[in-house]
Amino acid sequence: MMPRLEARAEPSAWMSIASPVIAIGLTLVAGAMLLTALGRDPAEALWVYFVSPFTDAYSRAELVVKAVPLALIGAGLAVSFRANVWNIGAAGQYVAGAMAGGLVALGAPEATGTAWYVLYLAAGAAGGIAWAAIPAFLRTRFNANEILVSLMLTYVAVLLLDWAVRGPWRDPLGFGFPQSRDFTQTFHTPVILEGTRLHAGVLIAVIAAVALTLMMDRTLRGFELRVIGAAPRAGAFAGFSQTGAVWFALLVSGGLAGLAGAIEVSATVHQLQPDISAGYGFVAIIAAFLGRLNPAGALFGALILAVSYIGGENAQILLKLPKNVTGIFQGMLLFFLLGCDTLIRYRIVWGRRLAP
Amino acid sequence: MEAFLISVLIAATPFLLAGLGELVAERSGVLNLGVEGMMLVGAVAAFAVTYTTGSAAAGMLAGAGAGAALAGLFAIVALGLLANQAATGLALTIFGVGASGLIGQGFVGQTIKPLQKLGIPGLTDTTALGRILLGHDVMVYLALALALAVGWFLNATRAGLMLRAIGDNPEGAHALGFHVVRVRTLATLFGGFCAGLGGAYLSLAYTPMWGENMTAGRGWIALALVVFATWRPGRLVAGAYLFATVTQLQFYGQDWGIRLPSQFLAMAPYLATIAALVIISRDVNLTKANAPAAIGRPFRAER
Repeated sequence: MMPRLEARAEPSAWMSIASPVIAIGLTLVAGAMLLTALGRDPAEALWVYFVSPFTDAYSRAELVVKAVPLALIGAGLAVSFRANVWNIGAAGQYVAGAMAGGLVALGAPEATGTAWYVLYLAAGAAGGIAWAAIPAFLRTRFNANEILVSLMLTYVAVLLLDWAVRGPWRDPLGFGFPQSRDFTQTFHTPVILEGTRLHAGVLIAVIAAVALTLMMDRTLRGFELRVIGAAPRAGAFAGFSQTGAVWFALLVSGGLAGLAGAIEVSATVHQLQPDISAGYGFVAIIAAFLGRLNPAGALFGALILAVSYIGGENAQILLKLPKNVTGIFQGMLLFFLLGCDTLIRYRIVWGRRLAP
Repeated sequence: MEAFLISVLIAATPFLLAGLGELVAERSGVLNLGVEGMMLVGAVAAFAVTYTTGSAAAGMLAGAGAGAALAGLFAIVALGLLANQAATGLALTIFGVGASGLIGQGFVGQTIKPLQKLGIPGLTDTTALGRILLGHDVMVYLALALALAVGWFLNATRAGLMLRAIGDNPEGAHALGFHVVRVRTLATLFGGFCAGLGGAYLSLAYTPMWGENMTAGRGWIALALVVFATWRPGRLVAGAYLFATVTQLQFYGQDWGIRLPSQFLAMAPYLATIAALVIISRDVNLTKANAPAAIGRPFRAER
């Protein structure tokens, strides 16, 4: 008796919702085994990881703060992946956005007024769009693989930022640390809950996710992207432009990643530093998949991943657990999720193998 | 110049190893984007074992084994459960970065004796050519031998023909009675084995130490290398040396009077990778001729 997969007549909508829940459960079980292997009490450690972030108001606000960049990037990636365009260089677009915003904020230290802040955000989005336009152009014009090009550009963006904050943008009063001047108050994303760091970026993330969901579900463009992603040949017969889809997917996801970079910098550290990206570009991929490649779903995916981040920070402080455990949790979660997603299209049957 | 050429031969070895492994996997129709993650766990496993046992050979095997183990995870999810290969490979890289960092935290800052250099007395020391070509550790030569072996296997053996058939047309190969999933699994494991070996070379020979994320994108460059080589082992060798040359420029550029900030020199390998991808990919005939037709497409025996 061997378990084997049998195709369902049609994809199971119920499994599509249940799969992330099962995957989270399996991650907790595997995580408990890992923590036991590290010589920790698994119950205590899992509590610190996954419950402690909810125990006080400040932590709950921090969860949302952490989720904002992941949600913004994840919503854009959901659109991109749906169109079968694999933008995995969101981290680079995020850095490019933060730098383009920095160009405005550091170039206009005297500026005051909301218009400047809006300009700052627009520059951030434009930076991400410009960075994503490179793989879009090379893919559509020269057929160069967008996965590899966008990823290579991430390394380039990070090095560019490193050069900028050690060179032309280095704060002369920064004791030689690699960091830019502080952004002035004009370029701070306003806090919306007194006593926490919860900022207006969360509103932008929600608006972006809802708008993209409506675009995907209700507009012809959204339909085109979904058809091209699911069945490129059918899309071609319908006259949908593959080139247009690649451009659109990359520019939307790049623009949102750039916006996320500009918002994150202006809301948390208020200056450019070499390590601002913190791997959000990669982790947002998991957020997009947890959200079922649905932009609004990415909001929830981002919150779940934010729990692992805040929990990981708590575990570092309270249990002296290494920070890499968080990465392992996140990688395992995506593994389990992809595995469970098989059950959307197939069911497990116990029985004799068919003849090969 | 002599030191530069010697360093190029060394730097090409991890590209060659990881690239050959991925080439075989892709030829069977499997696109595993987890090379970076497999190289990292290979690097840390090799360093940990060599540091504790003192045996570089044991370390090499441990690195290769760790890479293959991660590839096994990929095979279960992507080949067994038919998950999207691109996403599964990304998960593998995220997991590998985390796992290698966790395993390696006790080894940061430790040093080991680098892999022993071979040499033929009288030949290696006396001439510049001898010093450049003959004074390396055994892996530099094994990687080249592996390229020959892979080329022979793919082009001159029945098993290689079967593997390529599975990569081009899994349904047809299945109808002929070939075990598609089994062959793809083996090819994936071979890819992990080689990526782990490439990682091991980094932490045992290239820079005999462990540092978080020490592969610095080499796994991704190896993936690009396979495209650049248009899936042919011979071209992969040429590509590996070309990419290694660019990588080494950042260390020698300053000496040669290239007055650029170090960050710009460090960008060179990534920009060169993009340039190489563009040059190769723009010629559709070149890429289509050898690209496995069914790459990245899940296969399930329906009948």
